[in-house]
Amino acid sequence: MTSTVEIRRDPVDCSGKDPAMLLRMFRKMLEAREFEEQLYYLFLTTAMPGTMHQAVGQEAVAVGVVSALNADDTITSTHRGHAHCVAKDVPLKEMMAEMFAKREGSCRGMGGSMHLTDFSKGMLGAFAIVGSGIPIATGAALSARVRGSGQVAVSFFGDGAVNEGVFHEALNMAALWKLPAIYIIENNQYALSMTVEESSAVPNLASRACAYGMPNRRVDGNDVVAVYDATREAVERARAGDGPTLIEALTYRIRGHARFEAAGYRPEKEVEAWKAADPIERLAAGMIAAGAATAVELNRVRAEAETVIEDAIEYAQSCSDVEAEDYLTYITAEN
Amino acid sequence: MRQLGLSAAIREGIVQEMRADESVILLGEDVGKFGGAFHVTHDMLDEFGANRIWDTPISEAGFTGLGIGAALTGLRPIVEYQYLDFIFCAMDQVVNQAAKIRLMSGGRAKTPLVLRGPQGATGRGAQHSQSVEAYFMHTPGMKVVMPSTPFDAKGLIISAIRDDNPVLFVEHKLLYGAASPGGGKALSDSAIQAIGVDVPETPYAIPLGSADVKRQGSDVTIIATLLMLHRSLTVADQLAEQGISVEVIDPRSLVPLDVETIAASVAKTNHVVVVSEDTARAGVSAELVATINDHCFYDLEAPVQRVAAVDTPIPFGPAAERHVIPQVDDIRGAVLRALSD
Ligand SMILES: Cc1ncc(C[n+]2csc(CCOP(=O)(O)OP(=O)(O)O)c2C)c(N)n1
Ligand SMILES: [Mg+2]
Repeated sequence: MTSTVEIRRDPVDCSGKDPAMLLRMFRKMLEAREFEEQLYYLFLTTAMPGTMHQAVGQEAVAVGVVSALNADDTITSTHRGHAHCVAKDVPLKEMMAEMFAKREGSCRGMGGSMHLTDFSKGMLGAFAIVGSGIPIATGAALSARVRGSGQVAVSFFGDGAVNEGVFHEALNMAALWKLPAIYIIENNQYALSMTVEESSAVPNLASRACAYGMPNRRVDGNDVVAVYDATREAVERARAGDGPTLIEALTYRIRGHARFEAAGYRPEKEVEAWKAADPIERLAAGMIAAGAATAVELNRVRAEAETVIEDAIEYAQSCSDVEAEDYLTYITAEN
Repeated sequence: MRQLGLSAAIREGIVQEMRADESVILLGEDVGKFGGAFHVTHDMLDEFGANRIWDTPISEAGFTGLGIGAALTGLRPIVEYQYLDFIFCAMDQVVNQAAKIRLMSGGRAKTPLVLRGPQGATGRGAQHSQSVEAYFMHTPGMKVVMPSTPFDAKGLIISAIRDDNPVLFVEHKLLYGAASPGGGKALSDSAIQAIGVDVPETPYAIPLGSADVKRQGSDVTIIATLLMLHRSLTVADQLAEQGISVEVIDPRSLVPLDVETIAASVAKTNHVVVVSEDTARAGVSAELVATINDHCFYDLEAPVQRVAAVDTPIPFGPAAERHVIPQVDDIRGAVLRALSD
């Protein structure tokens, strides 16, 4: 089945936005892209253990959302979580070291791609059981309320996750108690092979919030500024004590579901059409059109992004391997 | 010193910790306004307010996840399940999330979380009678605590709350010594002993992983928890009249397990009976037998006897339930078998 979502290719409307923020968004999206492109090659060489899920083509969602947050706001992520971590400033070197199962990794080599975590950055973890991070982020929002911290908690999850029971349980409680939570559906139109139309009776996923009286929005997920604006509004509502928001960001997974998955269930033409709607290039065109940056400046950022990822790989490869018995330290906490 | 029922002792431990530590909160169904289906949390809402006592919807997976998220961000949540049978609705959150987050994060996360509620067969049929502890004993990353007396319950709940890991705190309905406001009077059990033992008012913590020798003896060791501990004590009383000296050990927590105390007792008595209310197959009793074989094999003069529930969903009818759940006579028979060689 072919997706029916409208594909927009126009430059991102950058008018009135701080050029420094736009440049940071551009850099973060490139770093996430380059991180995952290099992972792909590393997996091809078998230098890298495990598996991974690329969010290539979806970077505007992670970066747009996180750009609207404070550093101490918290997020939960999924099996497709590298871009969320990059956006949340998890050090790239530590992320890459984790991919190689090194002691210097974000999770000391214990978590891997699907469980990247960095509490110092408000990144509460990637939860690879579909939907399971949704109540956990909601708990972080409840905790923010109890502690009076003013923090907001964001949960990222896919279009497939809305069909798990915990999605509904968590959204109901968040709306009931007006918790400072924001739910981001990264609707990349597929849950592995299944399209939204094949798995959800009502394909407008944002509309599920109506059952909980929760404000909701559908946004162009390949327009980082649109994602940012929608999230800003949700953040303001959350911090004002007016409760949660559900945002459905429409985007597309350019690569297969995981590592070398060929995604033969998608029409080639559909993939090509979405490639032409690349969120990074749409931002670049928008920034140039708005006079926020020159092509030369943007090219410099592109080169820098390549360099930091190269450095991260080099660093990761120089790190120390996890020893067989390291895990014994981590099973339970000593008070 | 003063007498207190088991549920009142748990309540007192929770209340004292909540007074001492603002980060302790409580979530669960009917725990606020109603005071908890078994009354453990009564009047807590009045004292602590809705910001710390959360009356949740019937969403076990959801509110378990909320507890985890709150634990990861600086709180010490206590999650109550109205019946521990319902924790199975939240199995993913407990087993895949709470128990694993610390290792997955390379030790960067801690999840100070107490999951507590009542279990045990009390005439309520298959879905409100199970003993759930073996599932979580099987889950690395979890601790499993089994309070059998009011004194233990207070000291153990305080330790559970202070622990930085997810702790399953298992209460037995028949040991509450209180009526259930929702479900009529709790069944009484004439074998329950020592429910009203002295409980100091001042807070105290019993370390997890410290077994308690509830009765000294020299001929045979019984290891049992919760209701089965009380039935075992009854057996010990009966056999004393026949000149058989029974030592009764209450592990108090199954994870961590105090193997040392068990091994010392086995070295003395050379005969062991393990008793558990959960089903036999791959259950608590199976694990205890294996542990004793691992650590005490050469001290044994006879095979370890085990007494556990029949491998069946628990039937509703009182006669059938009695048949399935270990009774005093079953335990006495096992002790005599252990000593018969
Ligand atoms: C509970 C659970 N069921 C199934 C899976 C296997 N699985 C992993 S990702 C995935 C698809 C998820 O789709 P979606 O939520 O849309 O996220 P996306 O992969 O598109 O980012 C499936 C079925 C899982 N990890 N967890
Ligand atoms: Mg998807």
